Amino acid sequence: MRTPDVLSETNKAGGRFGAFGGRYVPETLIAPLSELEEVYRKAAADPAFREELDSYLSDYAGRPTPLYQARSLSLEAGGATIFLKREDLCHTGSHKINNTLGQCLLARLMGKRRVIAETGAGQHGVATATSAALLGLECDVFMGETDMARQSLNVFRMELLGARVVPVSTGSRTLKDAVNEALRDWVATSDHTHYCMGSVVGPHPFPTMVRDFQSVIGWESRGQHLERTGRLPDCLVACVGGGSNSMGLFHPFLADGVRMVGVEAGGRGDGPGRHGSTLCLGSAGVLHGARSYLLQDGDGQVLQTHSVSAGLDYPGVGPEHSHLKDSGRAEYVKISDAEALEAVEALCRTEGILPALESAHAVAHAARLAAEMPRGSSLIVCLSGRGDKDVDTLMHARGCAP
Amino acid sequence: MSRIDAMFETVHGNGAALIAYATAGFPDPRVSLRIAAALLEHCDALELGIPFSDPVLDGPVIQESSRRALEAGFRVRDVFDMTGTLRERSGKPLMLMTYYNHVHRMGHGAFAAAAADAGVDGVLVPDLPPEEGEAWMAAAEGEGLDNVLFASMSTPEHRLRSVGGLTRGFLYCFAVRGTTGLREGLDAEVGPFMRRVRACSHVPLALGLGISDPEQCRQAGRLAEGVVVGSALVKAAMDALDSGDDPAARAGELARALKAAMY
Repeated sequence: MRTPDVLSETNKAGGRFGAFGGRYVPETLIAPLSELEEVYRKAAADPAFREELDSYLSDYAGRPTPLYQARSLSLEAGGATIFLKREDLCHTGSHKINNTLGQCLLARLMGKRRVIAETGAGQHGVATATSAALLGLECDVFMGETDMARQSLNVFRMELLGARVVPVSTGSRTLKDAVNEALRDWVATSDHTHYCMGSVVGPHPFPTMVRDFQSVIGWESRGQHLERTGRLPDCLVACVGGGSNSMGLFHPFLADGVRMVGVEAGGRGDGPGRHGSTLCLGSAGVLHGARSYLLQDGDGQVLQTHSVSAGLDYPGVGPEHSHLKDSGRAEYVKISDAEALEAVEALCRTEGILPALESAHAVAHAARLAAEMPRGSSLIVCLSGRGDKDVDTLMHARGCAP
Repeated sequence: MSRIDAMFETVHGNGAALIAYATAGFPDPRVSLRIAAALLEHCDALELGIPFSDPVLDGPVIQESSRRALEAGFRVRDVFDMTGTLRERSGKPLMLMTYYNHVHRMGHGAFAAAAADAGVDGVLVPDLPPEEGEAWMAAAEGEGLDNVLFASMSTPEHRLRSVGGLTRGFLYCFAVRGTTGLREGLDAEVGPFMRRVRACSHVPLALGLGISDPEQCRQAGRLAEGVVVGSALVKAAMDALDSGDDPAARAGELARALKAAMY
């Protein structure tokens, strides 16, 4: 009969979000994931680890980031007051550094000399390369060839930081394929390599751990909004690719009843291959080690995706988001390529801020929501990254590419 | 007693069983069936891989064969047609190797029933560890299918005992830390690893991953009751196709040479 000890070995409840999450990996990765879970559990409870991480977050990454009241954008939208959580002002230009500093510190604790990462827009790759340089780790970043072409600035940045960028030429040559290749590497190298997963996806403990590292976004926002207005915001808005900036913003508000809206890539339409709207248009499946919503066909083959923003061009999503959707605690919507591009220009024009294309999806929906909300109410948008990396894409979109 | 159990009883004392792998639907349904039939002539059991869009456990050769099968229009139901046909022609064990999402999508019960109806004896789902696999293992057992589990060099002893108790048919032991693919020689760690597994379990053991040539098969056959060869056979068929030769004949020839090395 079934022997029970293998079932009790890993934390069965841990890593499950309702019917989602888990650890769907080959046997070779079970031991390294158990090790990571254990090391993370101890580190999370160790004041010395938290103190070291906090000091890097403040002195190196520039935290806390401001909560900025976007008066002109709010005025143009009409209705609610829009606050921008300025993760774009973090060192390296996005929220990704919150997670990579944590994970690279863990890698060092585990005695692993090398980190690997996948990247889509290049923001997680740059953040991993940066943290690895800071902490003296070797770093290889897997990146789809399509993404390398559209985010060439970030490729160069990673190389400057001493990382090796490994081009991925399989499948759609985007983020999903970069994760595949990083997993293939990790299966062979886990004895000396830590996989620095960039989002709240993948097998347990990644979704929990990455969420915890990113929750600094939500905790700061909560405190800053309370201080500014004496109350909690009415609504939170963030873009969702894998879902790490949104999970980081949402999580500290879960018990508060604050409305939460995740914004997915609507791309060019609802047809297969034309978008990255996993939660809006997908169904439950298993990819990259977790059960979650997935864009797939009737056979369970994973579908191609499209988004103008490389960071949202992904057919999966973090399992905790799937749970928040099914439980009704959060809402998920989609914003098209065109709407995101318009939002970039709107934010530049009204506030003098160039957002990443990913974050622009959240800005676009937030402006729409604000218009429907009463004056005196407020919403927080996670401005997860800055848009310098997207200048080429924006030039092409405007038809003024050199 | 399942067909797989019976095979290991027969093979005992006669060298090791050769378990050959073919990517179902590569390069197309018709030729794929011919390749599988040719392999079945020389091997002791056949493992058919269901092509997946995101084969994270596979190296370049099986990635490429999967891509070509999917491009040729492979559907999951085709693998059941294929095993059904092979079952009519052969009494040897037939197994399916699949990523879990295909099983999840079809439903545990439906997948197990379709496999059993098609004459499949065993199923291998490498990205479904037993912690996540209770429901699937029950469905497979209900249909009389052997659900084969895996051991890796990183698996600790208490866990080897668990998977050794939960697996059916045999325990698939990974000869490398890494993905499928062609490699030379056997890792020095393999001998001690197999002794460790042997001490913790009482089922037949098969070695696979990175085993590609007769010399490796000879060595592996001394450490295990079964030897799984995948990428090398797929590559033989692929090379034949690319140079205008008969892929079934070429894959069959290699299987014969591999088997000969194991006596």
